[in-house]
Amino acid sequence: MTDSEKGKNNYLLYLEDVSKSYGSKTVLNDIDLAVRQGEFCTVVGPSGCGKSTLLRLILGQEQPTGGQMLMQGKPIGFPGPDRGIVYQRYSLFPHLSILDNILLGKQLSRSILRSIRNRKNDREEALRYLESIQLAEHAHKYPHQLSGGMRQRVAIAQALIMKPTILMMDEPFGALDPGTREMMQILILELWEEYNMTIFFVTHDLEEAVFVGTRILVLSQFYTHEEDYVSGTGKGARIVADHPLHGEKALSTKVKTTAEFGQLIQEIRSQGFDPEYLQNAREFNLKHPDSFITFTEIP
Amino acid sequence: MPKKRSIFLGLHADPSPGLRLLLAILPFVLLLSVYVVASEIRHKANPHDKLLPTISKISKAFQKTALEKNKRSGTILLWSDTKASLKRLFIGISAASVVGLVLGLNMGLLPGARNLGLSFVTFISNIPPLAILPILFITFGVDQLGKIMLIFLGTFPLITRDIYLAVRKIPRENIVKALTLGASQAGVIYRVVYPQVIPRLVDTVRLSLGAAWLFLIASEAIASQDGLGYRIFLVRRYLSMDVIIIYVAWITGLAFCFDLALRKCVAFRYPWYNPKADN
Repeated sequence: MTDSEKGKNNYLLYLEDVSKSYGSKTVLNDIDLAVRQGEFCTVVGPSGCGKSTLLRLILGQEQPTGGQMLMQGKPIGFPGPDRGIVYQRYSLFPHLSILDNILLGKQLSRSILRSIRNRKNDREEALRYLESIQLAEHAHKYPHQLSGGMRQRVAIAQALIMKPTILMMDEPFGALDPGTREMMQILILELWEEYNMTIFFVTHDLEEAVFVGTRILVLSQFYTHEEDYVSGTGKGARIVADHPLHGEKALSTKVKTTAEFGQLIQEIRSQGFDPEYLQNAREFNLKHPDSFITFTEIP
Repeated sequence: MPKKRSIFLGLHADPSPGLRLLLAILPFVLLLSVYVVASEIRHKANPHDKLLPTISKISKAFQKTALEKNKRSGTILLWSDTKASLKRLFIGISAASVVGLVLGLNMGLLPGARNLGLSFVTFISNIPPLAILPILFITFGVDQLGKIMLIFLGTFPLITRDIYLAVRKIPRENIVKALTLGASQAGVIYRVVYPQVIPRLVDTVRLSLGAAWLFLIASEAIASQDGLGYRIFLVRRYLSMDVIIIYVAWITGLAFCFDLALRKCVAFRYPWYNPKADN
């Protein structure tokens, strides 16, 4: 085993030269990314830049056109219990009660016989999770009877009970009102600390990304040649910025009002969100110690 | 000052509960009274009129077919006909639902099965079932099997296609989510997708019953020894409108009850399926 291979295995998630195109349209171009255990990694970028595509690739829902994707040193396969997911919608199963929704993972991963034998323990565990998201009294309701915020809390508990190696979240709070949204941000931070999770969090809300993450990735179009810059055609999206955020997360929304917080947001916005602003591949702002870039020749 | 809402006319009408009931009953009462009046007029001109029998004639026929044993067969005709017909209907539609569910689930979930089956089922569903009735009678005999096959072939393509559409409508996210919860492929089918399409199956069967009745009566009319359709077409020869009216009313009542029962079953067993209905 070479040194570089050992290095790859030290990371929980390791992506190198990953690209994805649909026909002639390139969405992701040469994504290089390494994520460590315990990181709360947020991904932002202008809409349609391929954030969700990246998430689906890691999830195994779609296969990359090229590149290498490793999780704990092993190639990433089809969706499985090592990667949990919370979507903006459709995370819950409409035909199951809240309790059964949370229990489902336990039952699906066991044979019928063993899930009957473990029924009592599983139920108690599911109820503990329900309590930690403060929905114990709604255990026997169906998802359609809950509000959007409650549903997302159930979806988080449903994924957590499987203790996934990494929890993927695709704009999980995108459909919630601002107040509920803030409560959910604090809840997810609490759970992240409590269960020592690794989270990959896609959002279009820059403020949210900076608030909850320990690391922020900005995905955007880029250019390598002057003529591309002039014509405004990108080469697909890449990680154009990779910032470490304060390691100790303050569980208070007060931090959102500090000058530092606002400045960082301004900086990221001007770099990654301005559609007029295509970045040269050699000027990426990769401040995170783990960030790297392999230059493959782009014709 | 807002305008007062009208009780019946217009977009903003708001009928009171009593009026709503009255409106629902009104068409039935109208139909019945038109019939009674017309029958009265015809009987004035010709006391032996057969076309529009009077209520008393109909009730006499009811006595004969539904309450007394038939002298020749020794059974109550309406009852034995109903039993024979319902058996065919039940077997045919059950077979169609099972086959439709299995095919629809597979075609909806598995790309291999989809490519194999979708165009074929679409093609089959365009064959007018009644047009191949002679073939069915020749192949499966004029006895039970031919009739059951007609009901089966007439209803299963639609059920298959509807279940297929219902499966395709389940968001991809839902299935990926199940996989991330450790579901096997069989687990996805039987724990996640199958329970979600069952109420849709009941709904589809409910709508297919109309076609099933049509095929049943058509096949019984052509070749049979018993059954509701057989009786109607038999007594037609003697212009026994009184018996026909009783049978038609009875079939309509049965069909209405099945429809109601299936609808209530969905609302009761699957409260999540039509969330708006439960408030």
